[in-house]
Amino acid sequence: MTIPAHSRRKSKYQPRAVPEIRRATSAMIASLDAEGRDTIAAPFGHALADLARTRDDIVGLSADLSKYTDLHIFAQAHPDRFYQMGMAEALLMSAAAGMAREGFTPFATTYAVFAARRAYDFIAMAIAEENLPVKICCALPGLTTGYGPSHQATEDLAIMRGMPNLTVIDPCCAVEIDQATRAIADTPGPVYMRLLRGQVPNVLGEYGYEFKLGKAQTIRDGGDVLFISSGIMTMRVLDAAARLATDGISCAVLHSPTIKPLDAETIVEQARKGGRLVITAENHSVTGGLGEAVAGALMRAGAHVPFRQIGLPDEFLDAGALPTLHDQYGLTVDAIAARVKTWLEA
Amino acid sequence: MPTGTEHHGSNVSLARRAWAIRRNALRMGEVQGQGYIGQALGIADVLAVSYFHAMTYRAGDPEWEGRDRFYLSIGHYAIALYAALIEAGVLPEDEIPTYGMDDSRMPMSGMAAYTPGMEITGGSLGHGLGIAVGAALALKRKDNPAFVYNMLSDGELGEGSTWEAVMSAVQWKLDNLIAIVDFNNQQADGPTRDALAVGSEAPKWAAFGWYAQEVDGNDLAAVVDAFDKARNHTGTCPRVIICNTRMCKGIPFLEDRETTHFIRVEPDEWAKALTLLDEEKPL
Repeated sequence: MTIPAHSRRKSKYQPRAVPEIRRATSAMIASLDAEGRDTIAAPFGHALADLARTRDDIVGLSADLSKYTDLHIFAQAHPDRFYQMGMAEALLMSAAAGMAREGFTPFATTYAVFAARRAYDFIAMAIAEENLPVKICCALPGLTTGYGPSHQATEDLAIMRGMPNLTVIDPCCAVEIDQATRAIADTPGPVYMRLLRGQVPNVLGEYGYEFKLGKAQTIRDGGDVLFISSGIMTMRVLDAAARLATDGISCAVLHSPTIKPLDAETIVEQARKGGRLVITAENHSVTGGLGEAVAGALMRAGAHVPFRQIGLPDEFLDAGALPTLHDQYGLTVDAIAARVKTWLEA
Repeated sequence: MPTGTEHHGSNVSLARRAWAIRRNALRMGEVQGQGYIGQALGIADVLAVSYFHAMTYRAGDPEWEGRDRFYLSIGHYAIALYAALIEAGVLPEDEIPTYGMDDSRMPMSGMAAYTPGMEITGGSLGHGLGIAVGAALALKRKDNPAFVYNMLSDGELGEGSTWEAVMSAVQWKLDNLIAIVDFNNQQADGPTRDALAVGSEAPKWAAFGWYAQEVDGNDLAAVVDAFDKARNHTGTCPRVIICNTRMCKGIPFLEDRETTHFIRVEPDEWAKALTLLDEEKPL
């Protein structure tokens, strides 16, 4: 039988020429492009190692991905508190639950795809149903690797939002990861946090920003557009806002790193201000992530405002070089600015 | 750390304990017309040895730090564990008629949040041994000499996650972990051996690096001996006891019934079963 071709992909039997722009697929461990910003190395690993100096209850577990989630920094600092669970994500989550039952605060790391897809039942029943303080911190969120769908967690927020008791966080940058790591260690109950690893851009530091769990915060004010964003898309919409300002378009940016519980109060209050076009921006499928969470909050509040979504399509994405893919799927500053202009002109 | 329980040194025989567990389970089964009575009757002897010979705990303080942990993976065996916890004095006997009712502390499937002495939420199979690995690691971190017991079923050996935990327990030399496999060769759709190639269980676990024993799970003396050997084994490896049990053990007319995962018991048969059991009351 013939398996129907992917709706958009070329046939695998069609020979290809060497492309004019020769971009290599970035290695999975590659850091996100800092786009002219300063970077900080391994903010999660350093924050956790630091925290553990005063918190005896903190332990770290990984499923063969400590080096690729920056947990190796913690492991080097506290070797007796690092647990290598092998390439076994179900075990990773179950064992973390067992340690939490006995009074520890486990930080469990893997890639977002493996936690969200493979280990869901174990997170649900061993951890979340019992509200245990396991902190699940996962690299390669959304579209941050060119390796293709096996490693692209484009629906992790949708999956994790469905889990009762679970706090879900999508931090933007190194400063926020440092602060959020400390904040979630102090929070009772389970947490799923998306991680950026390696050299991570420092975006929010220059705004005097301080992460507050469960709070959306205005990073930039503006009168024409209200971006509501999380994760790396806050970096992108801040840059798009600067770009659009030169064209006389004034954009506010409301950063909402806590996806669940969503800060509906602030979001509704901001959306109701001044007849702005509300645009959500997320490094995630348009299905089930920040955008739909915001839409639901607005509808429930009766805030009927013009609303658009920037995010990844509800598809299995292509493999390739990350900059190419971000361009192709509309996550770049250029793409965002162009769409905003189109929407405003419509 | 103190050891021993109020039950250690008791004059009550293990046979009598197993009988009482069966009786409690039958009374709960009658409340709901519950078909997992077959598993409860089958595992009663192993639970009697667990709670009245092997384990250290305090009936009045189920979360006492020094207790041996007992993790029930198989949520549908809750009826059996409640029966044991009632006999142990962790749960009150007068709540038997609430079994499975609204607002009961004894729901059909075992959950940690509902029941004193129910340490984990079971039911989604393949979870218990992994949680036990984490707890065993944590006890070692705390220099707590308690054991972690995980009771799992033969069907649960089909879950890949069980084998992740099997390997990890050896990796971490978890000599404080004792797995108890109830091998009654019955799962939801029929005989376990007809579903996946189970093979020879004890040699398989031994090949993974466990100290493995296989016993007749309805032979109290053999089960006692296996638990003693598991606890006293000097190797730095986890321990497993494969318990071959007979569904419905102790009630002949149910034993003879075609064995299934969820046995059919007519409303009038509960009293008959209790009468039969009472006639065989051990000293």
